Amino acid sequence: MPRARVLIRPKEGILDPQGKAVERALPALGFEGIEHVRVGRMVELEAEDPERLGELCEKLLANPLIEDYEIQTL
Amino acid sequence: MIWGVLQFPGSCDERDALHACALASGEARLIWHEDRDLGGVDAVVVPGGFSYGDYLRAGAIARFSPAMEAVAEFAAAGGPVLGICNGFQVLCEAALLPGALLLNKNKRFTCRQVELLVDGPISPPIGDLSAHRPGVTLSIPAKHGEGRYYAPEEVLDELEARGQVAYRYAPGHNFNGSARDIAGVSNEAGNVVGLMPHPEHAVDPLTGSTDGLRVFEAVAAAGARA
Repeated sequence: MPRARVLIRPKEGILDPQGKAVERALPALGFEGIEHVRVGRMVELEAEDPERLGELCEKLLANPLIEDYEIQTL
Repeated sequence: MIWGVLQFPGSCDERDALHACALASGEARLIWHEDRDLGGVDAVVVPGGFSYGDYLRAGAIARFSPAMEAVAEFAAAGGPVLGICNGFQVLCEAALLPGALLLNKNKRFTCRQVELLVDGPISPPIGDLSAHRPGVTLSIPAKHGEGRYYAPEEVLDELEARGQVAYRYAPGHNFNGSARDIAGVSNEAGNVVGLMPHPEHAVDPLTGSTDGLRVFEAVAAAGARA
């Protein structure tokens, strides 16, 4: 069955406290010069009909009001 | 007056909600999430908790339950629906209410008493009650990790213009970073209301405040008229 990966991330402009927390921890670990960290999630799946993945994202995997998604077929 | 309180796997405030409903008016019964039939209730409460473990996003999976399909029909027919905390998240995911609830700005699950301003004007039928006149302050507890209300700026403008902002955090009480201090909103018709703080935990002097009862009384009055 065709495999796919869906990347879901907070929309640009929406405060991402997780990303901020990661970003603030970096200098203490010696990682300088890293900014705009955004934390999202990834869903891996196998789909008989990859054409329907967009609908699946709109209805369940992402909330289009607050999240952007990207479908990668593998 | 008969209330229906939904119960999902992971709900945890449905018993307090039953108690609060019965104190406000009439009797209350649980509705299991797999029930497609609400059994002729006059008002519905979608309670707090962690429905379906809050997997994916809070409320994302609960919205597809058979009971929520029935609630959507009930709401479309004008029936009063109150969503509390996770119930508010479920109603937003189901698009029965506008907006979304995001991770608290302070990144913490926070439990504290908050002062809520009843905003106004609020649309009827739930809003036109003395307990809900603009300017009234309610002291009720909040306990959540994902309660930062968000909607795009233009949607927030519309909500304010139409009087759909039902509750706001009083100055100094917006601990989660909600847009425009919004703690609860209604739908355009005014029969579906959701809020993050927990009125069902503030109905007995034993726990410090009985202000939460007013929220249930408002919904009961709407149920009696519907």
